[in-house]
Amino acid sequence: MTDAELAKLVTDALFSVAPDLEGETIAPDKTFRQQFEIDSMDFLNFVVALHKSTGVEVPENDYPKMQTLAGAVAYLRERMK
Amino acid sequence: MIEFKMPSLGADMDAGTLVQWFKQPGDRIGRGDIVALVETQKGAIEIEVFSEGMIGEHRIQPGQKVPVGTVIATILTPGEQAEAIPEVVAIQPVPEPASVEPPAPLPRPAAPVAAGQKITPLARRTAAERGIDLRDVAAGADGVIGIAEIEAAKPKPTTEAKPRATAHAGLDLAEMRKAIAAAMVRSHSDIPHYWVTHSIDVSPLMHWLEAENSRRPVEQRLLYVAPLIKAIALALKDVPELNGYYRDGAFLASPQVHLGVATSLRGGGLVAPAIRDVDTREIGDLMAALSDLVPRARAGRLRSSEMTDGTVTVSNLGDGSAESVLPLIYPPQVAIIGCGAILPRPWAAGDAIAVRQIMTVSVAGDHRVSHGRHAGQFLTRLETLLGSPEAL
Repeated sequence: MTDAELAKLVTDALFSVAPDLEGETIAPDKTFRQQFEIDSMDFLNFVVALHKSTGVEVPENDYPKMQTLAGAVAYLRERMK
Repeated sequence: MIEFKMPSLGADMDAGTLVQWFKQPGDRIGRGDIVALVETQKGAIEIEVFSEGMIGEHRIQPGQKVPVGTVIATILTPGEQAEAIPEVVAIQPVPEPASVEPPAPLPRPAAPVAAGQKITPLARRTAAERGIDLRDVAAGADGVIGIAEIEAAKPKPTTEAKPRATAHAGLDLAEMRKAIAAAMVRSHSDIPHYWVTHSIDVSPLMHWLEAENSRRPVEQRLLYVAPLIKAIALALKDVPELNGYYRDGAFLASPQVHLGVATSLRGGGLVAPAIRDVDTREIGDLMAALSDLVPRARAGRLRSSEMTDGTVTVSNLGDGSAESVLPLIYPPQVAIIGCGAILPRPWAAGDAIAVRQIMTVSVAGDHRVSHGRHAGQFLTRLETLLGSPEAL
Protein backbone atom coordinates (compact mmCIF):
# COMPACT_ATOMS: atom_id res chain seq x y z
CA MET A 1 0.00 0.00 0.00
CA THR A 2 1.37 3.44 -0.88
CA ASP A 3 1.75 6.19 1.71
CA ALA A 4 -1.00 8.12 -0.03
CA GLU A 5 -3.36 5.16 0.37
CA LEU A 6 -2.39 4.79 4.02
CA ALA A 7 -2.95 8.51 4.58
CA LYS A 8 -6.42 8.11 3.07
CA LEU A 9 -7.20 5.26 5.50
CA VAL A 10 -6.04 7.35 8.46
CA THR A 11 -7.96 10.40 7.29
CA ASP A 12 -11.14 8.38 6.71
CA ALA A 13 -10.86 6.82 10.17
CA LEU A 14 -10.47 10.27 11.75
CA PHE A 15 -13.44 11.71 9.84
CA SER A 16 -15.58 8.71 10.77
CA VAL A 17 -15.15 9.46 14.49
CA ALA A 18 -15.33 13.25 14.09
CA PRO A 19 -17.70 13.84 11.16
CA ASP A 20 -17.61 17.61 11.66
CA LEU A 21 -13.99 17.55 10.43
CA GLU A 22 -14.93 16.03 7.05
CA GLY A 23 -12.92 17.81 4.36
CA GLU A 24 -10.38 19.40 6.70
CA THR A 25 -6.74 19.34 5.60
CA ILE A 26 -4.70 17.44 8.16
CA ALA A 27 -1.21 18.83 8.75
CA PRO A 28 1.19 15.84 8.65
CA ASP A 29 3.21 16.68 11.75
CA LYS A 30 0.75 18.41 14.06
CA THR A 31 -0.94 16.22 16.66
CA PHE A 32 -4.64 15.55 16.14
CA ARG A 33 -5.24 16.99 19.59
CA GLN A 34 -3.46 20.30 18.81
CA GLN A 35 -5.12 20.62 15.47
CA PHE A 36 -8.69 19.46 16.11
CA GLU A 37 -9.25 19.04 19.88
CA ILE A 38 -9.24 15.25 19.47
CA ASP A 39 -9.56 13.88 23.00
CA SER A 40 -8.93 10.42 24.43
CA MET A 41 -12.47 9.25 23.62
CA ASP A 42 -12.16 10.37 19.97
CA PHE A 43 -8.70 8.81 19.81
CA LEU A 44 -9.87 5.43 21.10
CA ASN A 45 -12.71 5.46 18.55
CA PHE A 46 -10.13 6.37 15.88
CA VAL A 47 -7.97 3.36 16.82
CA VAL A 48 -11.07 1.13 16.73
CA ALA A 49 -11.99 2.49 13.27
CA LEU A 50 -8.46 1.84 11.98
CA HIS A 51 -8.63 -1.69 13.34
CA LYS A 52 -11.83 -2.24 11.36
CA SER A 53 -10.43 -0.84 8.12
CA THR A 54 -6.89 -2.27 8.26
CA GLY A 55 -7.00 -5.19 10.69
CA VAL A 56 -4.10 -3.61 12.60
CA GLU A 57 -4.70 -3.71 16.35
CA VAL A 58 -2.70 -0.92 17.96
CA PRO A 59 -1.59 -1.70 21.53
CA GLU A 60 -1.93 1.15 24.02
CA ASN A 61 1.85 1.47 24.29
CA ASP A 62 1.97 2.48 20.63
CA TYR A 63 -0.63 5.26 20.94
CA PRO A 64 2.10 7.96 21.14
CA LYS A 65 3.28 6.97 17.63
CA MET A 66 -0.23 7.51 16.25
CA GLN A 67 -0.77 11.11 17.31
CA THR A 68 -0.03 12.70 13.93
CA LEU A 69 -0.94 11.86 10.35
CA ALA A 70 2.71 11.23 9.39
CA GLY A 71 3.26 9.14 12.52
CA ALA A 72 0.15 7.04 11.93
CA VAL A 73 1.09 6.44 8.27
CA ALA A 74 4.64 5.36 9.23
CA TYR A 75 3.25 3.09 11.93
CA LEU A 76 0.74 1.41 9.62
CA ARG A 77 3.37 1.01 6.87
CA GLU A 78 5.55 -0.90 9.34
CA ARG A 79 2.72 -3.01 10.78
CA MET A 80 1.18 -3.88 7.37
CA LYS A 81 4.40 -5.12 5.77
CA MET B 1 -56.59 12.58 27.08
CA ILE B 2 -53.07 13.56 28.02
CA GLU B 3 -51.63 16.86 26.90
CA PHE B 4 -48.08 16.33 25.70
CA LYS B 5 -46.14 19.54 26.31
CA MET B 6 -42.88 20.98 25.06
CA PRO B 7 -40.57 19.72 27.82
CA SER B 8 -38.01 21.81 29.64
CA LEU B 9 -34.66 20.19 28.98
CA GLY B 10 -32.68 22.05 31.59
CA ALA B 11 -32.56 25.19 33.65
CA ASP B 12 -31.59 27.20 30.62
CA MET B 13 -34.25 26.24 28.06
CA ASP B 14 -37.27 28.47 27.44
CA ALA B 15 -38.43 27.35 23.99
CA GLY B 16 -37.95 24.66 21.38
CA THR B 17 -38.46 24.30 17.63
CA LEU B 18 -40.12 21.17 16.29
CA VAL B 19 -37.94 19.61 13.60
CA GLN B 20 -39.84 16.39 12.93
CA TRP B 21 -42.60 14.15 14.25
CA PHE B 22 -41.60 10.48 14.47
CA LYS B 23 -45.08 9.34 15.57
CA GLN B 24 -48.23 10.22 13.66
CA PRO B 25 -51.84 10.55 14.86
CA GLY B 26 -53.12 7.00 15.41
CA ASP B 27 -49.65 5.57 16.14
CA ARG B 28 -49.39 3.56 19.34
CA ILE B 29 -46.74 4.73 21.78
CA GLY B 30 -45.12 3.22 24.84
CA ARG B 31 -42.98 4.47 27.66
CA GLY B 32 -39.58 5.66 26.41
CA ASP B 33 -40.58 5.89 22.73
CA ILE B 34 -39.04 8.76 20.79
CA VAL B 35 -41.89 10.81 19.34
CA ALA B 36 -40.26 13.96 18.01
CA LEU B 37 -37.04 15.78 17.27
CA VAL B 38 -36.86 19.25 18.79
CA GLU B 39 -34.17 21.84 18.19
CA THR B 40 -33.03 23.63 21.33
CA GLN B 41 -30.09 25.72 22.37
CA LYS B 42 -28.47 22.47 23.50
CA GLY B 43 -28.74 20.91 20.06
CA ALA B 44 -31.39 18.74 18.44
CA ILE B 45 -32.94 16.59 21.13
CA GLU B 46 -34.98 13.42 20.62
CA ILE B 47 -38.09 13.81 22.75
CA GLU B 48 -39.28 10.71 24.58
CA VAL B 49 -42.73 10.10 25.91
CA PHE B 50 -43.51 8.60 29.30
CA SER B 51 -47.12 7.55 28.84
CA GLU B 52 -48.79 4.62 27.14
CA GLY B 53 -51.43 5.20 24.50
CA MET B 54 -51.90 6.58 21.05
CA ILE B 55 -51.08 9.91 19.45
CA GLY B 56 -54.35 11.88 19.16
CA GLU B 57 -53.30 14.91 17.20
CA HIS B 58 -50.30 17.07 16.52
CA ARG B 59 -50.83 20.62 17.74
CA ILE B 60 -47.71 22.06 16.15
CA GLN B 61 -45.94 21.43 12.87
CA PRO B 62 -42.26 21.17 11.89
CA GLY B 63 -40.56 24.56 11.88
CA GLN B 64 -42.77 26.00 14.64
CA LYS B 65 -41.01 27.38 17.73
CA VAL B 66 -43.04 27.30 20.96
CA PRO B 67 -42.34 28.10 24.62
CA VAL B 68 -41.72 25.34 27.15
CA GLY B 69 -45.06 24.07 28.47
CA THR B 70 -46.99 24.55 25.22
CA VAL B 71 -49.17 21.56 24.32
CA ILE B 72 -47.57 20.09 21.19
CA ALA B 73 -49.67 16.93 20.85
CA THR B 74 -52.42 15.01 22.56
CA ILE B 75 -52.12 11.43 23.70
CA LEU B 76 -55.15 9.20 24.06
CA THR B 77 -54.98 6.74 26.94
CA PRO B 78 -55.88 3.09 26.22
CA GLY B 79 -59.49 3.58 27.45
CA GLU B 80 -60.09 6.55 25.16
CA GLN B 81 -58.74 4.92 22.04
CA ALA B 82 -61.73 2.78 21.09
CA GLU B 83 -64.03 5.78 20.62
CA ALA B 84 -61.31 8.04 19.37
CA ILE B 85 -60.05 6.04 16.43
CA PRO B 86 -63.10 6.46 14.18
CA GLU B 87 -63.38 10.07 15.21
CA VAL B 88 -59.81 10.80 14.28
CA VAL B 89 -60.36 9.14 10.93
CA ALA B 90 -63.62 11.01 10.41
CA ILE B 91 -62.31 14.46 11.12
CA GLN B 92 -59.25 14.08 8.97
CA PRO B 93 -59.89 16.10 5.86
CA VAL B 94 -59.00 14.57 2.54
CA PRO B 95 -55.72 16.26 1.80
CA GLU B 96 -55.85 18.79 -0.97
CA PRO B 97 -53.05 18.39 -3.47
CA ALA B 98 -51.65 21.69 -2.29
CA SER B 99 -51.27 20.44 1.25
CA VAL B 100 -49.42 17.23 0.51
CA GLU B 101 -46.19 18.96 -0.24
CA PRO B 102 -43.45 17.78 2.11
CA PRO B 103 -43.21 19.68 5.38
CA ALA B 104 -41.15 22.80 5.08
CA PRO B 105 -37.56 22.11 5.97
CA LEU B 106 -36.34 23.61 9.20
CA PRO B 107 -35.40 27.20 8.53
CA ARG B 108 -31.66 27.04 8.69
CA PRO B 109 -30.13 29.77 6.58
CA ALA B 110 -26.77 28.73 5.26
CA ALA B 111 -23.89 31.00 6.13
CA PRO B 112 -23.20 32.90 2.96
CA VAL B 113 -20.33 31.50 1.01
CA ALA B 114 -19.01 32.25 -2.48
CA ALA B 115 -20.49 30.05 -5.19
CA GLY B 116 -18.60 26.81 -5.75
CA GLN B 117 -16.60 27.22 -2.56
CA LYS B 118 -16.16 24.13 -0.38
CA ILE B 119 -16.15 24.47 3.38
CA THR B 120 -15.85 21.90 6.15
CA PRO B 121 -18.56 21.63 8.81
CA LEU B 122 -16.17 22.62 11.62
CA ALA B 123 -15.01 25.67 9.67
CA ARG B 124 -18.60 26.74 8.96
CA ARG B 125 -19.61 26.41 12.58
CA THR B 126 -16.55 28.23 13.88
CA ALA B 127 -16.99 31.03 11.35
CA ALA B 128 -20.60 31.48 12.45
CA GLU B 129 -19.62 31.56 16.10
CA ARG B 130 -16.96 34.19 15.49
CA GLY B 131 -19.06 36.30 13.17
CA ILE B 132 -16.75 35.73 10.23
CA ASP B 133 -18.27 36.31 6.80
CA LEU B 134 -17.29 33.33 4.67
CA ARG B 135 -17.30 35.48 1.53
CA ASP B 136 -14.21 37.18 2.93
CA VAL B 137 -12.29 33.95 3.51
CA ALA B 138 -9.98 32.60 0.82
CA ALA B 139 -9.86 28.84 0.40
CA GLY B 140 -6.67 26.92 1.10
CA ALA B 141 -4.40 25.47 -1.58
CA ASP B 142 -6.77 22.51 -1.96
CA GLY B 143 -9.73 24.80 -2.70
CA VAL B 144 -11.41 24.04 0.62
CA ILE B 145 -12.05 26.44 3.51
CA GLY B 146 -10.94 24.53 6.59
CA ILE B 147 -10.42 25.51 10.20
CA ALA B 148 -6.93 26.84 9.37
CA GLU B 149 -8.39 29.42 6.96
CA ILE B 150 -10.98 30.47 9.56
CA GLU B 151 -8.28 30.80 12.23
CA ALA B 152 -6.40 33.13 9.89
CA ALA B 153 -9.47 35.26 9.16
CA LYS B 154 -10.39 38.23 11.33
CA PRO B 155 -14.00 38.88 12.19
CA LYS B 156 -15.34 42.05 10.62
CA PRO B 157 -15.94 44.84 13.11
CA THR B 158 -19.69 44.95 12.66
CA THR B 159 -22.74 44.99 14.88
CA GLU B 160 -24.84 43.06 12.40
CA ALA B 161 -26.55 39.95 13.65
CA LYS B 162 -24.31 36.94 13.38
CA PRO B 163 -25.29 34.28 10.90
CA ARG B 164 -26.48 31.14 12.65
CA ALA B 165 -24.07 28.27 12.95
CA THR B 166 -25.17 25.62 10.55
CA ALA B 167 -22.65 22.81 10.67
CA HIS B 168 -24.76 20.26 12.46
CA ALA B 169 -28.38 19.38 12.72
CA GLY B 170 -29.53 21.63 15.50
CA LEU B 171 -26.13 22.58 16.89
CA ASP B 172 -25.76 26.31 17.20
CA LEU B 173 -22.80 27.11 19.39
CA ALA B 174 -23.54 30.81 19.73
CA GLU B 175 -27.04 29.97 21.04
CA MET B 176 -25.58 27.22 23.22
CA ARG B 177 -23.12 29.68 24.73
CA LYS B 178 -26.02 31.99 25.62
CA ALA B 179 -27.82 29.09 27.30
CA ILE B 180 -24.70 28.14 29.26
CA ALA B 181 -24.28 31.76 30.33
CA ALA B 182 -27.90 32.00 31.49
CA ALA B 183 -27.65 28.80 33.54
CA MET B 184 -24.33 29.80 35.07
CA VAL B 185 -25.49 33.31 35.98
CA ARG B 186 -28.41 31.70 37.77
CA SER B 187 -26.11 29.18 39.44
CA HIS B 188 -23.66 31.83 40.54
CA SER B 189 -26.29 34.19 41.92
CA ASP B 190 -28.69 31.65 43.53
CA ILE B 191 -26.42 28.95 44.89
CA PRO B 192 -24.11 29.69 47.83
CA HIS B 193 -21.19 27.66 46.53
CA TYR B 194 -18.25 26.30 48.45
CA TRP B 195 -15.34 24.28 47.04
CA VAL B 196 -13.20 21.54 48.55
CA THR B 197 -10.29 19.90 46.70
CA HIS B 198 -8.17 16.82 47.27
CA SER B 199 -5.16 15.39 45.41
CA ILE B 200 -5.46 11.64 44.91
CA ASP B 201 -2.73 9.17 43.91
CA VAL B 202 -4.39 7.30 41.03
CA SER B 203 -1.31 5.19 40.18
CA PRO B 204 -3.12 1.97 41.26
CA LEU B 205 -5.99 2.85 38.89
CA MET B 206 -3.62 3.54 35.99
CA HIS B 207 -1.66 0.29 36.55
CA TRP B 208 -4.87 -1.69 36.75
CA LEU B 209 -6.14 -0.02 33.57
CA GLU B 210 -2.93 -0.76 31.67
CA ALA B 211 -3.08 -4.45 32.61
CA GLU B 212 -6.78 -4.58 31.83
CA ASN B 213 -6.39 -2.93 28.40
CA SER B 214 -3.44 -5.08 27.39
CA ARG B 215 -5.69 -8.13 27.54
CA ARG B 216 -8.82 -6.50 26.08
CA PRO B 217 -9.46 -6.39 22.31
CA VAL B 218 -9.33 -2.83 21.00
CA GLU B 219 -13.14 -2.54 20.81
CA GLN B 220 -13.43 -3.23 24.53
CA ARG B 221 -10.63 -1.07 25.86
CA LEU B 222 -11.38 1.27 28.71
CA LEU B 223 -10.57 4.91 29.29
CA TYR B 224 -9.90 5.90 32.88
CA VAL B 225 -13.07 7.96 32.90
CA ALA B 226 -15.17 4.75 33.07
CA PRO B 227 -13.80 3.43 36.42
CA LEU B 228 -13.55 7.06 37.60
CA ILE B 229 -17.28 7.76 37.20
CA LYS B 230 -18.10 4.41 38.83
CA ALA B 231 -15.98 5.32 41.86
CA ILE B 232 -17.52 8.81 42.01
CA ALA B 233 -21.03 7.33 41.91
CA LEU B 234 -20.23 4.83 44.68
CA ALA B 235 -18.71 7.56 46.85
CA LEU B 236 -21.80 9.73 46.29
CA LYS B 237 -24.01 6.92 47.61
CA ASP B 238 -22.29 7.48 50.96
CA VAL B 239 -22.88 11.24 50.93
CA PRO B 240 -26.49 11.82 49.82
CA GLU B 241 -26.20 15.58 50.51
CA LEU B 242 -24.31 15.91 47.21
CA ASN B 243 -26.72 14.00 44.96
CA GLY B 244 -30.21 15.26 44.12
CA TYR B 245 -32.19 18.42 43.43
CA TYR B 246 -32.85 21.66 45.26
CA ARG B 247 -36.28 22.94 44.27
CA ASP B 248 -38.75 25.36 45.83
CA GLY B 249 -36.67 25.86 48.92
CA ALA B 250 -36.17 22.19 49.71
CA PHE B 251 -33.62 19.50 48.97
CA LEU B 252 -34.67 16.15 47.61
CA ALA B 253 -31.91 13.53 47.75
CA SER B 254 -31.87 11.09 44.85
CA PRO B 255 -31.77 7.37 45.61
CA GLN B 256 -30.03 6.73 42.28
CA VAL B 257 -26.90 8.33 40.88
CA HIS B 258 -27.52 9.61 37.36
CA LEU B 259 -24.27 11.26 36.41
CA GLY B 260 -24.19 14.20 34.01
CA VAL B 261 -20.98 14.02 31.99
CA ALA B 262 -19.81 17.49 30.94
CA THR B 263 -18.78 17.10 27.30
CA SER B 264 -17.06 19.85 25.38
CA LEU B 265 -17.83 20.24 21.71
CA ARG B 266 -15.25 21.19 19.13
CA GLY B 267 -15.61 24.90 18.51
CA GLY B 268 -16.75 25.83 22.02
CA GLY B 269 -20.05 24.27 23.11
CA LEU B 270 -20.64 22.34 26.31
CA VAL B 271 -23.37 19.90 27.23
CA ALA B 272 -23.77 17.49 30.16
CA PRO B 273 -25.95 14.50 29.23
CA ALA B 274 -26.62 11.97 31.96
CA ILE B 275 -25.74 8.30 32.28
CA ARG B 276 -28.28 6.57 34.51
CA ASP B 277 -27.59 4.36 37.53
CA VAL B 278 -23.82 4.70 37.33
CA ASP B 279 -23.43 3.27 40.85
CA THR B 280 -24.85 -0.14 39.90
CA ARG B 281 -23.40 -0.76 36.42
CA GLU B 282 -20.34 -2.72 35.30
CA ILE B 283 -17.35 -0.68 34.14
CA GLY B 284 -17.48 -2.24 30.64
CA ASP B 285 -21.13 -1.23 30.41
CA LEU B 286 -20.31 2.33 31.54
CA MET B 287 -17.56 2.54 28.89
CA ALA B 288 -20.05 1.44 26.24
CA ALA B 289 -22.52 4.07 27.49
CA LEU B 290 -19.85 6.79 27.29
CA SER B 291 -18.73 5.69 23.81
CA ASP B 292 -22.34 6.01 22.67
CA LEU B 293 -23.10 9.25 24.49
CA VAL B 294 -20.08 11.45 23.74
CA PRO B 295 -20.23 11.23 19.91
CA ARG B 296 -24.01 11.81 20.05
CA ALA B 297 -23.47 14.88 22.23
CA ARG B 298 -20.97 16.21 19.69
CA ALA B 299 -23.30 15.46 16.80
CA GLY B 300 -26.21 17.21 18.56
CA ARG B 301 -28.31 14.05 18.90
CA LEU B 302 -29.21 13.54 22.55
CA ARG B 303 -32.46 12.30 24.09
CA SER B 304 -34.70 14.35 26.32
CA SER B 305 -34.19 12.06 29.33
CA GLU B 306 -30.42 12.44 28.99
CA MET B 307 -30.81 16.22 29.24
CA THR B 308 -32.93 16.15 32.39
CA ASP B 309 -32.05 13.04 34.41
CA GLY B 310 -28.68 14.12 35.85
CA THR B 311 -28.69 14.21 39.66
CA VAL B 312 -25.07 15.43 39.83
CA THR B 313 -22.46 16.36 37.21
CA VAL B 314 -18.84 15.44 36.59
CA SER B 315 -16.51 17.79 34.74
CA ASN B 316 -13.46 15.76 33.75
CA LEU B 317 -10.77 17.84 32.06
CA GLY B 318 -8.99 14.75 30.70
CA ASP B 319 -5.60 13.98 29.21
CA GLY B 320 -3.34 16.84 28.23
CA SER B 321 -5.36 19.43 30.13
CA ALA B 322 -4.88 21.44 33.32
CA GLU B 323 -4.30 20.27 36.87
CA SER B 324 -7.57 21.26 38.49
CA VAL B 325 -10.97 22.80 37.84
CA LEU B 326 -13.43 24.55 40.18
CA PRO B 327 -16.74 24.24 38.39
CA LEU B 328 -20.16 25.83 39.02
CA ILE B 329 -23.17 23.70 39.94
CA TYR B 330 -25.80 23.07 37.24
CA PRO B 331 -29.15 23.89 38.87
CA PRO B 332 -31.29 22.29 40.24
CA GLN B 333 -28.44 19.93 41.13
CA VAL B 334 -26.58 20.54 44.38
CA ALA B 335 -23.02 19.49 43.57
CA ILE B 336 -20.56 19.12 40.73
CA ILE B 337 -17.33 17.10 40.78
CA GLY B 338 -14.31 18.53 38.91
CA CYS B 339 -11.45 16.23 37.87
CA GLY B 340 -8.14 17.67 36.69
CA ALA B 341 -5.76 15.92 34.29
CA ILE B 342 -3.72 13.07 35.75
CA LEU B 343 -0.13 14.32 36.04
CA PRO B 344 3.12 12.87 37.43
CA ARG B 345 3.91 14.63 40.72
CA PRO B 346 6.28 14.14 43.66
CA TRP B 347 4.38 12.30 46.38
CA ALA B 348 5.11 11.23 49.95
CA ALA B 349 5.12 7.40 49.92
CA GLY B 350 5.92 6.27 53.44
CA ASP B 351 9.06 8.20 54.41
CA ALA B 352 10.27 8.70 50.86
CA ILE B 353 9.32 10.89 47.96
CA ALA B 354 8.15 9.03 44.88
CA VAL B 355 6.77 10.13 41.51
CA ARG B 356 3.11 9.16 41.31
CA GLN B 357 0.17 9.78 38.99
CA ILE B 358 -1.89 12.45 40.73
CA MET B 359 -5.41 13.67 40.03
CA THR B 360 -6.80 16.72 41.78
CA VAL B 361 -10.51 16.28 42.39
CA SER B 362 -12.76 19.13 43.49
CA VAL B 363 -16.29 19.29 44.77
CA ALA B 364 -18.47 22.36 44.42
CA GLY B 365 -21.28 22.04 46.93
CA ASP B 366 -24.45 23.99 47.72
CA HIS B 367 -24.37 25.47 51.23
CA ARG B 368 -28.16 25.32 51.45
CA VAL B 369 -27.79 21.52 51.50
CA SER B 370 -24.27 20.60 52.62
CA HIS B 371 -20.97 21.98 53.83
CA GLY B 372 -17.27 21.31 53.50
CA ARG B 373 -17.34 18.29 55.78
CA HIS B 374 -19.64 16.43 53.38
CA ALA B 375 -17.35 17.19 50.45
CA GLY B 376 -14.36 16.02 52.50
CA GLN B 377 -16.15 12.74 53.31
CA PHE B 378 -16.90 12.22 49.65
CA LEU B 379 -13.31 12.92 48.57
CA THR B 380 -11.69 10.59 51.11
CA ARG B 381 -14.18 7.86 50.22
CA LEU B 382 -13.35 8.39 46.53
CA GLU B 383 -9.63 8.11 47.33
CA THR B 384 -10.21 4.76 49.06
CA LEU B 385 -12.28 3.43 46.15
CA LEU B 386 -9.73 4.50 43.53
CA GLY B 387 -7.04 2.73 45.57
CA SER B 388 -8.67 -0.64 44.82
CA PRO B 389 -9.83 -0.35 41.21
CA GLU B 390 -10.22 -4.11 40.83
CA ALA B 391 -13.11 -3.95 43.32
CA LEU B 392 -15.06 -1.31 41.37
